[in-house]
Amino acid sequence: MSSSSNSGAFRIKGTGRHTPARTARFTFDGKSYTALEGDTVASALLAHGVHLLGRSFKYHRPRGILSAGPEEPNALLDVSRDASRRQPNVRATVQEVFDGAKIASQNRWPSLKHDIGAFNDLLSPFFAAGFYYKTFMWPKEAWHKLYEPIIRRAAGLGEAPKEGDTDHYASRYEHCDVLIAGAGVAGLTAALSAASTGAKVILVDEQPEVGGALHFDSSTEIDGKNGYDWAQGVAAKLKAMPNVTVLNRTTVFGYYNHGFLGLVERVTDHLPLPSRDLPRERLWQVRAKKVVLATGSIERHMVFANNDRPGIMLASAARTFLNHHGVAVGRAVAVYTAHDSAYEAAFDLKRAGIDVVAIIDNRKLPGEAVLAEARSLGLEVLVGHSVVDTAGRHRVSSITVARNGEKNSRKLKVDALLVSAGWTPSVHLFSQSRGKLRFEAENDRFLPDIYAQDCISIGACNGTDDLSTLIGEALSAGAEMAGHKGADSIDAIAFAGSNLYEWTGGMIGAAEGAGPDTAVKAFVDFQHDVTAKDIRLAVREGMHSIEHIKRFTTNGMASDQGKLSNMHGLAIASEMLGRPIPQVGLTTFRAPYTPVTYGTLVAHSRGDLFDPARKTPMHHLEAAEGAEFEDVGNWKRAWYFPKRGEDMHAAVNRECKTVREVGGVFDASTLGKIEVVGPDAAQFLNLLYTNAWDTLKPGKSRYGIMTREDGFIYDDGVVGRLAEDRFHVTTTTGGAPRVLQHMEDYLQTEFPHLKVWLTSTTEQWAVIAVQGPQAREIIRPFVEGLDISAEAFTHMSVAECTVMGVPARLFRVSFTGEIGFEINVPADFGPAVWKAIWERAQSLGACLYGTETMHVLRAEKGYLIVGQDTDGTVTPDDAGYGWAVSKKKTDFVGIRGLKRPDLVREGRKQLVGLLTKDPNEVLEEGGQIVADPNQPKPMTMLGHVTSSYWSENLGRSIAMALVAGGRAKMGETLYVPMKDKTIAVEVTDVVFVDKEGGRING
Amino acid sequence: MLLIHCPYCEEDRSELEFRWAGEAHIARPDNIAAISDEEFAEYFFLRNNEKGLTYERWRHIHGCGRFFNAARDTVSDKFLMTYKAGLPKQPIPAETKAEAIAEEKTVETWEQMEGDAR
Repeated sequence: MSSSSNSGAFRIKGTGRHTPARTARFTFDGKSYTALEGDTVASALLAHGVHLLGRSFKYHRPRGILSAGPEEPNALLDVSRDASRRQPNVRATVQEVFDGAKIASQNRWPSLKHDIGAFNDLLSPFFAAGFYYKTFMWPKEAWHKLYEPIIRRAAGLGEAPKEGDTDHYASRYEHCDVLIAGAGVAGLTAALSAASTGAKVILVDEQPEVGGALHFDSSTEIDGKNGYDWAQGVAAKLKAMPNVTVLNRTTVFGYYNHGFLGLVERVTDHLPLPSRDLPRERLWQVRAKKVVLATGSIERHMVFANNDRPGIMLASAARTFLNHHGVAVGRAVAVYTAHDSAYEAAFDLKRAGIDVVAIIDNRKLPGEAVLAEARSLGLEVLVGHSVVDTAGRHRVSSITVARNGEKNSRKLKVDALLVSAGWTPSVHLFSQSRGKLRFEAENDRFLPDIYAQDCISIGACNGTDDLSTLIGEALSAGAEMAGHKGADSIDAIAFAGSNLYEWTGGMIGAAEGAGPDTAVKAFVDFQHDVTAKDIRLAVREGMHSIEHIKRFTTNGMASDQGKLSNMHGLAIASEMLGRPIPQVGLTTFRAPYTPVTYGTLVAHSRGDLFDPARKTPMHHLEAAEGAEFEDVGNWKRAWYFPKRGEDMHAAVNRECKTVREVGGVFDASTLGKIEVVGPDAAQFLNLLYTNAWDTLKPGKSRYGIMTREDGFIYDDGVVGRLAEDRFHVTTTTGGAPRVLQHMEDYLQTEFPHLKVWLTSTTEQWAVIAVQGPQAREIIRPFVEGLDISAEAFTHMSVAECTVMGVPARLFRVSFTGEIGFEINVPADFGPAVWKAIWERAQSLGACLYGTETMHVLRAEKGYLIVGQDTDGTVTPDDAGYGWAVSKKKTDFVGIRGLKRPDLVREGRKQLVGLLTKDPNEVLEEGGQIVADPNQPKPMTMLGHVTSSYWSENLGRSIAMALVAGGRAKMGETLYVPMKDKTIAVEVTDVVFVDKEGGRING
Repeated sequence: MLLIHCPYCEEDRSELEFRWAGEAHIARPDNIAAISDEEFAEYFFLRNNEKGLTYERWRHIHGCGRFFNAARDTVSDKFLMTYKAGLPKQPIPAETKAEAIAEEKTVETWEQMEGDAR
């Protein structure tokens, strides 16, 4: 082991792009290491010779680093700054090291090197594909007691943070002419071309710097420069253009309908001390007119026995670690490939002074150019050979090599093995856009075919391998997407590029020694521990669709979404099924391309902003009076006002008594309010409510019931007529939006001939209800320009006046059965008027009361609450409000529905009162009602309790209920069977207090 | 997220601004009080819920607030046209219809995914 005072013993002088003097310290599993700025966690650990980074999902096999990019399936780590800023399952190959990072391995216990779960590897014959489905079938009980807890503990990778996330996240929208996903050669070129037309361009790349494959591909020259340097120059040029936005560390994770894309920008995850002003990540929701997909391709691994040991990695990854990070992945490295590209890894390592043990090429005919170069460098190339096994407990220590088709093998000592089965075009975003792929058999790859949206694929993701062709393709795509067809615009910026070698080759499926007749562990999907054998088993067990094979084996279902495994899995299934690949099908790629944190998606919508609270203008005054609040929809409503030492019960009892004996002040501002105006307003309300409105005189109000066409109660409320053509409609607190929608619907589409305008005024008016025998006395000094005496301003009157000099609408209305007023003043004046009224009310012995007391008082009077005493199957007559349905009108919404046979039959449930035989017994709302509690089960239910309270005014409990044929059962005894007892009740009228109704008119 | 053309605003706006409002071109009978139970059931309860090309009502609720009609393909979610409320059912041009039916094939449906295994 190297000492931790330097940036690692595996740094190779003269390679890499980082500055040796700029270091960062971090810990891995408690041990401290030094990295260079620009390192990923993967490159920093490899620089210190650390290859063992985690344990696999199912078998707990030691795993290392397979890739150098977002496709990483193995090296998932826990990265934290502190206890609340910790994230599990972070890909070591993507996370940049920052000074002070605390990094830990996952899925191991008690330690990474000694992991008890590794016992699973020995039991692997029992953990074959579909094991969960087959093993844990019965007994049913055992599921939640035994199987599930064990499975949950054994499976899974990281551990979710337990503390709330103290980071914050941002979200923004953007529009552009052309969005380009990927800033490799293709993306940068297309961006130059599109930007030169003046179009608004957004170029997005997931890495810290642009360049894509140029990070590792050291032999590419573009425009006379080294490829990587060219890329940085282009990025600088683009960033200086006013019409271009270049987003680094940003992933296009989703491509949705109509050019809508989801981007996540990682703003601070690479910074040692991020400013608290910066969001950790930013969600971009971009609507792009056109999209250029330049997403490149991803190298595949080789599928062979024990291909998962730490130290075995993709050839291109080793090149990234060497050429970009200056880190050698081993001292004695072999290459196992089916593609020319991996040769270049051997060349780079050899030139950096690393011992290249051998290049094992399973093809008969490697590309001539790479073969010649290998020989000139003195490398041993074993053509037509394969790696058939590997050894090494925590890191590969040797490989077994055999000539294809022969038994004789030999062992080679290595400390790293680089693999390549070729390149898979990244068609994820294209596929998400609903584009259809075609299979190119000669290269074993799926490529974009039929486009469903305004986008174009260029470069490696489009199967364009040759650099010159690629540059030409990108130049014209950029211009075309920006709306400039033809060569003129691109000639001015055209440039040339060249590679040293042309690449050929590639394979998909299981390699030598992992074929159908073998039982070796040749991993296809590393993250979910799916082997070639598992896929074959799935086919043998009857899975013939790739969608079923995928689910049965979970191949490609881990968070890497099979970026490495899909093609191999498909090829193995295809071979087993004896059907060509296009007929087996490809599973659909879904968003997100790489995992996105919940924090990003949620952004500001958490805590108080998750579901914004609606507060009345008097909310703060009520809070100052000690109100407890309850949620009614989004509203916060004062529930009750406890005095010192009072519980809810005591407070509500006091409030109920005080309102009936003296008076009470109540905040009714949440009532829905709709201003209905126009010459046809009365006619419109005639059609929307069951009542008649043309007979209502200005200055009067009426209780109205609204039904839907089916005849069931939809909403209710008091409607005041202020003038011939102006109504002030109130709705239930929760019903306001849907009532307005319902009214607008009829007005716009069924009764468009009516001249009526509807305006929501719920939040424009503060409403102060003053109720009780002293109500008039309380408000009298404040009301100006209106005689509010009992004779002049009778119950159900409405008038415009001023209250404390403020323009007001005053309703004489009662939801308590007492003398009542509702003072409507413009919302901003609410608090001032409330203060004055409450001060006077208090001096007269009245109280503040909340929604709970409001509920009790209205139940004492048998007043209905829509949604509590009705449930969408209750007609006005069922509720005892048959009188509110006009008999004279020839049309209103619900007129026909009310005549349906079921709505007029005998024996419907009707709203009645219930009095328990024991006055101290308070029924539970929702309690079922039966006639005979001794009947066999299931009992015949007659109905249920809808409202139930303790009435302090009556000194006993009261309840309302829907009971079949209820009004014909007055005086009868019914029963409410509960879990531990049966409660006897008497059916009564719904009015419990002041049955004659005299108090309301006082 | 879809873009929907509001025929009143004459703008393509984000799906977030709109709300679906059921099948279109179901007129409330003028003589509703007199119709039979069967006619009422047909008018109020029974809907075709067709797969493919449908006529629906939408409301630009977080915009102008207007209800309007739309022809939409429920397989692909593609809006073929939108037009103002009160206009009679608008025929879908043959070319648009053919394109929509072709686009249905780009959609991952149950039949496509599982049909083979059935």
